[in-house]
Amino acid sequence: MKRIGIDVGGTNTDAAMVDGDTIVATVKVPTSEDVMSGVRTALDAVSDARGPGNGPIDAVMIGTTHFTNAIVERARLERIAVIRIALPSGRSLPPLIDWPDDLRRCVDPMMFMVHGGHEYDGRALVEMRDDEVRDAARAIRDAGITAIAISALFSPLTSQCERRAADLVREILPNARITLSHTLGRIGLLERENVAALNATLQELGRRTVKAFDDALATAGIDAPFFLTQNDGTVALASIAAENPVHCFASGPTNSMRGAAFLTGENDAMVVDVGGTTSDIGCLSGGFPREANNIVHVGGVRTLFRMPDLLPIALGGGTIVDAKTGAIGPRSVGYRITQDSLVFGGETLTTSDIGVAAGLVEMGDHDRVKGLDPAFVSQTLTRLREMVADGFDRMKISAESIPLIAVGGGAFLVSDTVAGASKVIRTENAGTANALGAAMAQVSGEVDQVFSRMSRENAIAEAESAARTNAVAAGAREETLSTLEIEDIPIAYLRDNARRVRVRVIGDIDFGGAG
Amino acid sequence: MSETKRTTFDRSDLRVLTREDLDALEIGAGILGTGGGGNPYQGKLLALQAMNDGYELSILAPDRIAQEAVCMPVGGIGAPVVGVERIREGREGLRCLRAMEELLRAPIDAVVCEEIGGANSMSPLVAAGLAGLPVLDCDGMGRAFPEMQMTTFSIYGHSSTPSVMCDLHGNVVTFTHAASEVWHERMARACVVAQGGGAMLAAAPMSARFLCRYAVPDSYTRAIALGEAVMTARRRQEDPIAALCAHQTGRQVFTGKITDLRRHLRAGFAVGELTLTGFGNHHGESAEVKIQNENLVFAREGIVEVSVPDLIVILDIDSGHAITTEMLRYGQRVSVVALPAPQLLRSEEALAVVGPSAFGYPDIAYVPLEPAA
Repeated sequence: MKRIGIDVGGTNTDAAMVDGDTIVATVKVPTSEDVMSGVRTALDAVSDARGPGNGPIDAVMIGTTHFTNAIVERARLERIAVIRIALPSGRSLPPLIDWPDDLRRCVDPMMFMVHGGHEYDGRALVEMRDDEVRDAARAIRDAGITAIAISALFSPLTSQCERRAADLVREILPNARITLSHTLGRIGLLERENVAALNATLQELGRRTVKAFDDALATAGIDAPFFLTQNDGTVALASIAAENPVHCFASGPTNSMRGAAFLTGENDAMVVDVGGTTSDIGCLSGGFPREANNIVHVGGVRTLFRMPDLLPIALGGGTIVDAKTGAIGPRSVGYRITQDSLVFGGETLTTSDIGVAAGLVEMGDHDRVKGLDPAFVSQTLTRLREMVADGFDRMKISAESIPLIAVGGGAFLVSDTVAGASKVIRTENAGTANALGAAMAQVSGEVDQVFSRMSRENAIAEAESAARTNAVAAGAREETLSTLEIEDIPIAYLRDNARRVRVRVIGDIDFGGAG
Repeated sequence: MSETKRTTFDRSDLRVLTREDLDALEIGAGILGTGGGGNPYQGKLLALQAMNDGYELSILAPDRIAQEAVCMPVGGIGAPVVGVERIREGREGLRCLRAMEELLRAPIDAVVCEEIGGANSMSPLVAAGLAGLPVLDCDGMGRAFPEMQMTTFSIYGHSSTPSVMCDLHGNVVTFTHAASEVWHERMARACVVAQGGGAMLAAAPMSARFLCRYAVPDSYTRAIALGEAVMTARRRQEDPIAALCAHQTGRQVFTGKITDLRRHLRAGFAVGELTLTGFGNHHGESAEVKIQNENLVFAREGIVEVSVPDLIVILDIDSGHAITTEMLRYGQRVSVVALPAPQLLRSEEALAVVGPSAFGYPDIAYVPLEPAA
């Protein structure tokens, strides 16, 4: 089983080829301004390493920052419509109420609030008004919008209204691309609706990106199923993933963490992934990134959905160091590191130059940093290592010592001893852990619902069974499924033993019996 | 009723709130929520929206309104986890107010906050703003508590019925009389379940004279100033927790990491125990916080140091943001800050309702927290 994993970051594009559990080749190339030529270069490099007579590639897994960047830059976004089925609930708080003004202007949403939705216990809030949905659909059609987000009250418990509304909209707008909030988010209407709207505005970019990757694969002569990596460290078929770009928001750091687990065999450890612009610190639990269970802001928008619990710090291999004050960051030369940093002939002092001067790594021309004051180099190094150590301590889950795995292109910046770490682990392919993590990804299924009128055991069993069904639908082989996480919180005030249960299961990709 | 509105105060005594005030109130009310009271975020959005629609949101000291003025408490009731999904229609509080005026055949002069801690800090502002009335700068708890009878109003003899409950559908329920405050709480709780898990409740109005004596004073100005202190410290990259202690004669009793968290249900309430392992000045120590909707008891090495009704606030060590009990989790780095309870909560009759024994800890004797020097 040969797989290629590719991770497109802001600074570097990494690729790795894996045969079974064996790493065949890894490569790191700068991310090009047009993104795709860098991907093609990386693909060519790993494909060449495959050697002759070694059979075809079985799958390609790609992780990309395209979608996050579009939201953050307020660019390449498509005009959307949002239909909320919840009236009379929320009448005073229309959709996207708390979005940053510049993002709202860019997305320029049409918004509709209609009657319907459910209560927490499954009763209808009020009867859904089909005529109101049809009126909205006609207005959306007349405005020439086809990307639509639909949310309904308590849809994670009862998705009926959202699905009915989608059918009604499609009768009027057959080519509508519709995001239903219950497929993405959890209880918390405003945040779930935000996720659905972000997803809707990325539809066109999702389609274009997958097409571009497809073309790049064809150019490289690869004819294999192609997956996009997701926030939870798993993959989904690209054609399906393109419909849910929000699930790719944090795939980069997630891939690195999964790669770190794969490379070291450590399934319970902390990971620091030092990229070009930032480092992400996260926690591996059972080989997967610990999931955030709280609000995560994406481009200034409050969201609540499947995202890894990460602490980003403004420290990477391209982070600019002030030559006078020694101040570190937060700005970075990013993908221009191979032109702008001192060792590569540029004029900007970066953390990588500090690393070369300190003898931690060899890159570029060492002579170009010989003139740096050794005391300045050592002080700067101490301070940037303190930044890592502090972040590590903040993300630790217990006072006990735990291994720290350092990955990413700037992993050389991490010290060999970090307070609170039982050991600091580096591996040969630490620089391309993200691509390896992508190559080794599996498929997951999740359920997050309120259950009532049943015992805790039955509620968990029901959630687990639904999560398994979801995983199989997403492409997992049923016999490989195992439960990764179970969390349940009793709900105060409500009768009927109501509790919120979240279960996540994971399994291997189903290649149609080929495995 | 606007044309019959009486002159009960001087407009120049009003403090008209700004958007920045609401941001500060969100943070301050979160801190005074002592882990409970619900998230003020949604209420803040409703208040901002009212402001954008041209309504004036204002607060007024209770001694600056006619002492016979009719002052009506209003607040949300329901499960916070339902509230994050089932967002308000927006005019529930106003409907409560109109229904109460009809019931009493008299105009309401001002609105009162039952609970400054958490989400209920915002609800009175929205209701009063839409009605063109001020909210009095006081409240019935000075913090958050899980039940309605735990207000200084009830404790000091005010009967909270007749009361009115309004949901987002337009249902109006009136409780003409409850045999006791606990009965009122019990019936209102049953009603809110029938209404879908969330509603607004307006309790029987009281005079400004009563409030001057029996309400916790300066609640809004205090919460806003608290939020401002945290925001200013963060802007200046100073320690927000030190800023809030300095501001509130509070003390930082512990700094540590959450190393264990046990949750279970007891008599319909989410209860739990939190174990903290100290670092920094508290390296080598361990502490425990007992939780029931709010943070109730703080013990160091098994010895109780702070207990309800004194305020126990758990804050994110870096942001200075209060962490609500449902958001606590393993590994968080937190500071525990204790703030002295208002004097009105420390009397014998108050402790019978809001002291440790009222929360199921009969063995814990309440020892008032000394204000920090």
